[in-house]
Amino acid sequence: MSVDKATVAKIASLARIRMDDEALERMVPELNGILQWVEQLGEVDVTGIEPMAAVIPNTLRLRDDVVDADPLTGGGKRDDVLANAPAAEHGFFGVPKVIE
Amino acid sequence: MTDLTSLGVKEIRDGVRDGSFTAREVAEGFNAAVAGAAALNAFIVTTPDHALAAADKVDAARAAGETLGTMAGVPIGMKDLFATNGVQTTAASHILEGFTPRYESTVSQKLWDAGAGMLGKLNLDQFAMGSSNETSYFGNVTSPWKKAGSNAAMSPGGSSGGSSSAVAARIAPAATGTDTGGSIRQPAAFTGICGIKPTYGRCSRWGIVAFASSLDQAGPMARSVEDCAIMLGAMAGFDPKDATSLQMDVPDWEAALNSDLRGKKVGIPREYRMEGTDQAILDSWEQGKAWLKDAGAEIVDVSLPHTKYALPAYYIVAPAEASSNLARYDGVRYGLRDLPEGVGLQDMYAATRAAGFGDEVKRRILIGTYVLSAGFYDAYYTQAQKVRALVARDFARAFEECDVILAPTTPTASFPLGSMNEDPLTMYLNDVFAVPASLAGLPAMSVPATINADGLPLGLQLVGRPFDEQGVLNAGLAIQERAGFTAKPEKWW
Repeated sequence: MSVDKATVAKIASLARIRMDDEALERMVPELNGILQWVEQLGEVDVTGIEPMAAVIPNTLRLRDDVVDADPLTGGGKRDDVLANAPAAEHGFFGVPKVIE
Repeated sequence: MTDLTSLGVKEIRDGVRDGSFTAREVAEGFNAAVAGAAALNAFIVTTPDHALAAADKVDAARAAGETLGTMAGVPIGMKDLFATNGVQTTAASHILEGFTPRYESTVSQKLWDAGAGMLGKLNLDQFAMGSSNETSYFGNVTSPWKKAGSNAAMSPGGSSGGSSSAVAARIAPAATGTDTGGSIRQPAAFTGICGIKPTYGRCSRWGIVAFASSLDQAGPMARSVEDCAIMLGAMAGFDPKDATSLQMDVPDWEAALNSDLRGKKVGIPREYRMEGTDQAILDSWEQGKAWLKDAGAEIVDVSLPHTKYALPAYYIVAPAEASSNLARYDGVRYGLRDLPEGVGLQDMYAATRAAGFGDEVKRRILIGTYVLSAGFYDAYYTQAQKVRALVARDFARAFEECDVILAPTTPTASFPLGSMNEDPLTMYLNDVFAVPASLAGLPAMSVPATINADGLPLGLQLVGRPFDEQGVLNAGLAIQERAGFTAKPEKWW
């Protein structure tokens, strides 16, 4: 499979990366080179093989069912969470207007 | 008095413990070495005060007769992928420039708790995506090594290129690295130092900027196997804040180091004999076999039939995970925001990400977005995850016949910066020997073996069974003792 400029523009839009015409033109052969190279995976017989879900067998744990079981990842961190925001106002993240 | 910057982790720790010198003297020595090595561009920010404060704490603890930690008095470099409280953390990307975490990553916290201090945040490939340290927003890192008869700036490898450059240049006795598809082992091999990626889950990923979560693992980079064993012991351990953290005890790897390999079988994977591999690398591999045999091991042939497919599978799985992980950089919560006049939220996202991410990061996000998109998911992503399962099965079968696998770390020695940028694929191929162990989550290490005709270091790789870091370290030690690798770069910076 290969991609053309329109497809790359569509992917870039899905990935929320603005790309001008020149950047799209440049990306097309690069992506196609990589995609053609990974095509070889199609040669592999994967009959009966389950796709890998976890690389090392491990069980998912449940944390203690209490508020703030771990103070580092619990609540009450509003100011820390907002400290690096490009725009924070009144204890919220600021974004451009989204409703007309 | 010895130049303290010539010492490694173990020598510093022991010397501080027995009072041969103070932790402060060590920190001052390395701070000065770091300040004098700006030409390497190994650090994005330096933190001499952090190193001094940690050293003073250690000296005070010793004076008070307290038991010192396993890394007490050792100042280290911290790859700028680990969140450090109050110190800018960028992943070498413009999109995180100025980001100052209000928390500390688990691994860095454990190192500080063990008595280490921080010399600074080390440069790397942007978001750890690269194999030459040429994708950093903060400029290329230069290796301290030079090719014989040439003044060209050489690559320190990547993505942990700041780490490898700093340790090889003796401006840090050790550094943290992270390995997603070879990012500890390949730079270690390029610069003549040691580096180990432990079993997936040994080191907590909490507070490490995520690239590909099912592959990312932290590990130490230092100049000896012993130093790696000590530092890995300080970094590893169960962390409830990481859902994939291994809930098992951390062995005392340093205490159990033993280079007597009698009764051990070393597997030589025949599929690693690939076209395009330097003859000098193949020769060093032969030499490595002889060394391990000399240490008492039996050499056996093993087969890893899906080796050839590991790299293409990686270049689907890793970008897929990256495209998802990097969706968080949206110009809203932290980092860069590019808000052109009069645009809405969606355009702000797109403008921010266009301005903030470098070309290689964009390329991988686009590949990842494509292989996960409707209609292509099964053909690419599911197929790659099946191939990944086969790569892991190959290793499991090989480890029925051997205890540890010996292979080259890289197909070539270091190359000049700027010489491999024509086609992204050429660069990807440098990780051909490193990626399979990453896909299978196995512990793997690179140790320096020899110097090639150009005067550049070559590394050998050891891969072990899950949780058998000890077996990897022991075989590494056997090589270290026999290789007698003492070469070091001549100071030009």
